[in-house]
Amino acid sequence: MEEIREVVLEYVKNEYMEDQDEELTYDTALISGGFVDSFSMVSLKRFLETRYKISLPDNRATPEAFDTVNKITALVQEFLG
Amino acid sequence: MHNIGSYNERLNNFSWKIAEDELGYKPGDVINIGWYCSDRICNMGKGEKLALKWEGLGGKAKNYTYNDLRQLSNTIADFLQKLGIKPEERVCLFLDRIPELYIGFVGILKSGAIAQPLFSAFGEDSLHVRMENSGATAIITQKKHLGKVRKIVATLPNLKHVIIVDDNGKNPLQDKEVAFIMDEAKRVEVFESFPTKAESPSVLHYTSGTTGMPKGVKHVHYSLISQYLSSKWVLDLQDDDIYWCTADPGWVTGTSYGIIGAWACGVTQCVNDIGFSADAWYAFIQKHKITVWYSAPTAIRSLMKAGEEVIKNYDLSSLRHLASVGEPLNAEAVIWGEKVFGLPFHDSYWQTETGSIMISNYPGMKIKPGSMGKPFPGITATILDPDTYEPVPTGQAGLIGIKPGWPSMMRMYWNNQEIYDAKFKNGWYIPGDRSYIDGDGYYWFIGRDDDIINTGGHLVSPFEVESALIEHPAVAESAVVAKPDFVNMEVVKAFVCLKPGFIASPELDLEIMNFIRKRLSPLAMPQEIEFVPSLPKTRSGKIMRRILKAQEWGEEIGDTSSLEDD
Repeated sequence: MEEIREVVLEYVKNEYMEDQDEELTYDTALISGGFVDSFSMVSLKRFLETRYKISLPDNRATPEAFDTVNKITALVQEFLG
Repeated sequence: MHNIGSYNERLNNFSWKIAEDELGYKPGDVINIGWYCSDRICNMGKGEKLALKWEGLGGKAKNYTYNDLRQLSNTIADFLQKLGIKPEERVCLFLDRIPELYIGFVGILKSGAIAQPLFSAFGEDSLHVRMENSGATAIITQKKHLGKVRKIVATLPNLKHVIIVDDNGKNPLQDKEVAFIMDEAKRVEVFESFPTKAESPSVLHYTSGTTGMPKGVKHVHYSLISQYLSSKWVLDLQDDDIYWCTADPGWVTGTSYGIIGAWACGVTQCVNDIGFSADAWYAFIQKHKITVWYSAPTAIRSLMKAGEEVIKNYDLSSLRHLASVGEPLNAEAVIWGEKVFGLPFHDSYWQTETGSIMISNYPGMKIKPGSMGKPFPGITATILDPDTYEPVPTGQAGLIGIKPGWPSMMRMYWNNQEIYDAKFKNGWYIPGDRSYIDGDGYYWFIGRDDDIINTGGHLVSPFEVESALIEHPAVAESAVVAKPDFVNMEVVKAFVCLKPGFIASPELDLEIMNFIRKRLSPLAMPQEIEFVPSLPKTRSGKIMRRILKAQEWGEEIGDTSSLEDD
């Protein structure tokens, strides 16, 4: 769980945060906070599927489910079983 | 009572002089959009009225009155002049939706320079091609985006100034960089707006083309006449309205109606610089008691997806008029609006080149869900035969044609007379969209007449994406087409042939997606990549995108006689 959180946090910070001074926490609102737009969310979903060898159905990969690192981690955890 | 009154009466008694008289403009007068959006409203005794209510991340909020807008735009104009920026030089705005973007736009126009807005999610390639083509002298940006600017600054010989609106002094500025903190700058009370005339250039927006790089659409200060009147008659902006245009000023709706129309009408407008969520948007409407809401089908469909339960948590009774633009609004979305807000969305049709709304549904006029509505008074539109460019009978599909001469029509594609001339056929301006008119005079959108992809209301050029794709070391060639999507209407799909030695894999798929996202923008990033051994081509070697697109849309492939190896 902790490892997933760290991986996701690092990936989001490196890939999507333009201002590296911006603080990113496990509960920072990524989608509703405007850090990751809905188009970019597709690449974040693809990253999770590739990295963890899971398949996230579109009806679960919603802006709400992707809104924080913690929520993403819970989603990944659920599909890892 | 709606501003437009009877649509038919307006049609019969129309003259652009209506807008000229209301704005106190006479042919030959000085006309500066920046002045009309700020000083004129103050001169009407509304200096203390709120012009902008802004909200950003983390609960940040700022309010600006029309007097603030006047003084701060003076301050920006004065700053630009003192930097040595001359009239008609291009000044880019590369900012998130922060107050400096809106007020800076007004300040640039007051200085006599041309405002060139750039969508803040653009990657460095998208940024470079647009700045290089325009020969921009200056760019106004923020720390967050400075990294992208720094990567290209050395390749832009005309660029003299990089103005940073939120520099905190922590890191040293580089060559050409200068800090300008709008809210802390000494305000300039009196500034003589540059005496621009009707045909003086005002705004340069770039739009995507099917073949070739993005084109700079040049507008002039006289565009105000169309933008003002359509804001009144289509958006029905009235003095006590609280208005929210959700469009980003990196695109034309965000300037024509997110800045010029709203402030020329003297209304209070709200802006939020946060990402999308149904809760956040409804909370914003409730908090600010928004009355007029101009949004886009993609956003409306996203709200539909979020469901109706969430709406019950908010009091949205302040809303009185809803409108939409960017891509065709499907009938279901119009009906949904009526069901959940008690108000229909009024679809409107126009594009970067037209500068203002051309065809629309009007307050008080019967809406046929799914229809674009009828031409704006003063706009002569028709449907043309795609071969002869002659008008076709009612009900027959063809190309939309608009008779040139309305005030906000583009005056040129920057440095590209040839492509500009090609947009006019047989005395009509051709926007490139197919449609038909029903027996009641309503227009019904069919689709684009080219390969341009309309994703979430933004046009993406397949050529631009393909050009970027082949710069990836693994890509030999590619074809980019639109793929249907419920929320965004269309999204980008790329068919990719790999170079020898590269093997398709999920990792490579992701790498290519991110490559395009960073080079161009998230909008241009393929939402799906299909690795293929070869692409369908004509015998002369031209990629036949239409075959791939037909596959995606489940349509007939059509004539394949010119297909290689058919």
